[in-house]
Amino acid sequence: MNKEVASGWGRKAPPKVEFRNVNLRYFSESGETHAVKDMSFSVDQGEFVSIVGQSGCGKSTLLSLLSGLMRPTDGQVLIDGKPVTGPSPQVGFMLQQDTLFEWRTILENALLGPEIRNMDLVAARERAERILTSYGLGQFLHHTPGQLSGGMRQRAALGRTMCMEPDILLLDEPFSALDFQTRLAIAEEIGDIIRREGKTAILVTHDIPEAIAMADRVVVLSPRPGRLKSIHEISFDSLGPTRPSSMDARDAEEFRDYYHTIWTEMENHG
Amino acid sequence: MVETVSAVEAPAKAPATAPPSAAYKKWLSLRARDRFMVQAARALLLITFLVLWEVAPRMELVIPMLTSYPTAVWDGFLELLALQNLGWHISVTMMEVVISFTVAMVLGTAIAICLWLSPMLERILDPFLVVGNALPKIALVPIFYIWLGPTGSIYAVAIAVSLFITILMLYTGFNQTDPNKIKLARTLGAGKRQILSKVVLPGNVHTFMATLKANIGLSLVGVIVGEFQASKAGLGYLIVYGSQIFRMDMVMAAIVILSLISVAIYFVVQKAEAWLTR
Ligand SMILES: Nc1ncnc2c1ncn2[C@@H]1O[C@H](COP(=O)(O)OP(=O)(O)O)[C@@H](O)[C@H]1O
Ligand SMILES: [Mg+2]
Repeated sequence: MNKEVASGWGRKAPPKVEFRNVNLRYFSESGETHAVKDMSFSVDQGEFVSIVGQSGCGKSTLLSLLSGLMRPTDGQVLIDGKPVTGPSPQVGFMLQQDTLFEWRTILENALLGPEIRNMDLVAARERAERILTSYGLGQFLHHTPGQLSGGMRQRAALGRTMCMEPDILLLDEPFSALDFQTRLAIAEEIGDIIRREGKTAILVTHDIPEAIAMADRVVVLSPRPGRLKSIHEISFDSLGPTRPSSMDARDAEEFRDYYHTIWTEMENHG
Repeated sequence: MVETVSAVEAPAKAPATAPPSAAYKKWLSLRARDRFMVQAARALLLITFLVLWEVAPRMELVIPMLTSYPTAVWDGFLELLALQNLGWHISVTMMEVVISFTVAMVLGTAIAICLWLSPMLERILDPFLVVGNALPKIALVPIFYIWLGPTGSIYAVAIAVSLFITILMLYTGFNQTDPNKIKLARTLGAGKRQILSKVVLPGNVHTFMATLKANIGLSLVGVIVGEFQASKAGLGYLIVYGSQIFRMDMVMAAIVILSLISVAIYFVVQKAEAWLTR
């Protein structure tokens, strides 16, 4: 099968996202950091993958590579079988801080991407209004971010990302600035939206429960240099054939086992 | 689910429909009294100062020749108005201030933008900018006078005084733009120029305003010093002329007018700030 794909005759489509032997080193005056080492894994269309690992093990770096903000020192990062050459509207990025621009209204924030990409602003505006309204922000289109609560800001940030109609979503610890209550609710809500729209998603987090509750697979990284430690398929058969919401998943009997396995793995490499 | 979340996530502003409580009313009235006290104390301070200034020289406690006194300053003001074409002197100084202030702002902003766009250029020029900023520009007045003549030197000093601080303040502000906002703009496909126009510039309106405010004072200093050296007109000229013929009332009147002018410009900038950051 590998041969078929390589020769271009394969009927099987290439994975949506693929890391092939990727290495990344940061250079600075004080030395070099091997942030990502020999990374290989792929994500299929419509799949939701979580990446967990301790802080500093290269999670954000992986997302930067995927979004085209930097090139690998070695190896290949592929989307739909093609190497990533730079930022593309196909890939949406949500950062840890909501990074809404406080000098723009929520609606204007959502239009930032279309403005930068010189897209049709009339259509983009309609789209932004529709998306933000469906996220429960209809009354707040002309508010500034400072007037919104943390959870609303995060939904607005998702709206801004979705306004570009990406088919891959990269989430870099997007909930870590929220308090626990809001965090659970927003994770559930955003997880639902992403699944409903059939987007491919990669969530980076150091919160193991969050990683398990939201994803189809959990990728565990080991630190310094960041390497792939293991990959866990997540399914909740006890709750029936359809994927439960992240809130329900947290109560499933399998949840504890996944948590225990992954937690032990993350502990073991200190 | 969305409903429950929205309920938890109600916006921070609470509707102020409940009638104010007695304790709140008391707090409000205390606040009002505080405000009144502050205003009254200010007025008292000013009046005491003016009265002392008036009475002490008249009672020969200090030498009136050296200090003048408010009513004499007022007469001096009226005399300037009638005999010395005061309006013209004010407009000359204002012109010089406004022009050098604008030039320093525009030029400084342009240079700060260039430095931000080209880190290499910034690294090359950095030591020169530091020296340029540290150098007391007033020391250059005689040189400017020889090179540029009486009028040119006034503009040159005033611009030199505020240009470097403009560059440094703006560049520092640009450089401290939230890196996450820049990263976000880059993921959306923004290049350097778009990062400048969509993130760095709009994110630095407050830096710009702080620079404007600092520059009002600096431009005034530059212009007055320039006028001291050379000019035939302007408030700086009136001050020098008044002191040469030992007319303290005239000097004081010019100084009072100067401070009124700087307050007026400050208010204009504050209005502009309110409008820009609305
Ligand atoms: N721009 C950079 N220059 C030098 N080192 C960096 C840079 N960015 C990240 N690193 C280093 O690379 C490693 C991985 O960083 P990162 O991908 O941010 O980890 P994570 O997101 O998992 O916390 C860390 O050791 C970090 O110090
Ligand atoms: Mg990170």
